[in-house]
Amino acid sequence: MRLAVYLLLTLLSLAAQGRTVHREKSLYQDISVVEADGRRCLVFAAIRGDQNQTCQYLDSDKLVFPYVRMTFAGLLLNPEPQQILMVGLGGGTVPALLHRLYPKASLDVVEIDPAVVKVAKAYFGFKEAANMQVTVSDARVFVKRAGLKQAHYDLILLDAFNGDYIPEHLMTREFLEEVKALLSPAGVLVANTFSSSKLYHHESATYRAVFGPFLNFRQPKVTLSRVIIASQGSLPDPDLLQRRAEALAPRLAPYGIPLADYPALLGTDPDWDQDARVLTDQYAPANLLQRQ
Amino acid sequence: MEDTLTQCRAAKSAGLPPLVFTLAFTSGFSIMAVELLGGRILAPYFGSSIYVWGSIITVFMVALSLGYLIGGRLSLHEPGLGRYGSFYLLSALALLPIVLAGDGMMEQVFIALADPRYGSLVAASALFLLPTVILGMIAPYSVRLLVRHQQHSGQVAGFLYFVSTLGSALGTLATSFYLVLWFEVNAIIWTLIALLACCGLLAISLRKWL
Repeated sequence: MRLAVYLLLTLLSLAAQGRTVHREKSLYQDISVVEADGRRCLVFAAIRGDQNQTCQYLDSDKLVFPYVRMTFAGLLLNPEPQQILMVGLGGGTVPALLHRLYPKASLDVVEIDPAVVKVAKAYFGFKEAANMQVTVSDARVFVKRAGLKQAHYDLILLDAFNGDYIPEHLMTREFLEEVKALLSPAGVLVANTFSSSKLYHHESATYRAVFGPFLNFRQPKVTLSRVIIASQGSLPDPDLLQRRAEALAPRLAPYGIPLADYPALLGTDPDWDQDARVLTDQYAPANLLQRQ
Repeated sequence: MEDTLTQCRAAKSAGLPPLVFTLAFTSGFSIMAVELLGGRILAPYFGSSIYVWGSIITVFMVALSLGYLIGGRLSLHEPGLGRYGSFYLLSALALLPIVLAGDGMMEQVFIALADPRYGSLVAASALFLLPTVILGMIAPYSVRLLVRHQQHSGQVAGFLYFVSTLGSALGTLATSFYLVLWFEVNAIIWTLIALLACCGLLAISLRKWL
């Protein structure tokens, strides 16, 4: 009896603390893979303990984080992307799901850290395919080279920001112009970024300067992240968004993405300081602004 | 420290050591400010991966080592404030291509070299090697201007490296904590160019008196 109680307590405490499945130091960060509460998470900068980069449920296809679900609102602007570019692999959850939803689409994934690619494959079931390839590269270099080759994408997902350190050269007007040049006429850019700190104003002003009005997706009660959805062409009107959402929702429901709820939450009205200075290659103190 | 100053003063005109130390401080400040901005300047073309910093640091170390060699060599023949000042003017000139031709050059390198490791190494060499060689010449030449007695040479050299390396530390801190938050990269480089040019003109105009 005592043994049973002891075992139970040990199990409970293990479950609460989480079990570290894997840990490694890469050139760019400390990477850990931790299991807790029925999910497996990729954690960068393990000391902080709260920097979950990606999580997957062990027994379900549902997406764990609200901001990851919000990313899929980008599909409302282009429901059938054929060429997709994803910047930042993480655990590979998003590219894997996009590959599942659009098996015929070609998917380029760019990840700066080779160790992340290894961990995504070993611990998060990520697999490359003939039309889904990962390139280890700095995103700025990849985007500039893709521009030289005159490549075009219907959907570009920018998920290279993890809160601890912001790659400042991926937040500037020049970078966004390079990304915009990669968008096909019906192309959409979806960026997972920040909603707190002074950086919010500068970042918003920069996106606005490059794309004009964009859809700003925030759920302050749910997550601190915000998702920017910008398009090469003009933004669809709310009715069209809602109709597309209703049509697509059943395909996304198995992954816990409440797509039909999203159009009502998308706005174009500036809620930032419109005098904020635009970030450029010449002026990009994103990490300093993030701390203010 | 007092000793060093006293020794220098006794040896020569009282104004020389403060001038040389101030100028050496400024060159130390400029070297590290430019090195730090180097990361910013290369990032749009070569990213900010670890090898970009590797390229920059390599180029600066090679340039400084060459500069020490050349500066020491030049100090053998008729050392004087005139030539010393010309180093500052030349370094200011050598920084100009960074603001005037940097983007065009980096674009050419980006197109020609697919591997960003070698791309960043070539671009960093093209932009930073020459100005840093010239700035590196200043340290040994400063020692030569100040040393009058062999027995004090180590002390003078020590104090000079103290001052110029402190300048480097301040250049690093000021640039990374504040300057990039307030100013554009090019504005900071222009300021450094102006500062170095003023140092050069000051040394040249005072060469008759000190």
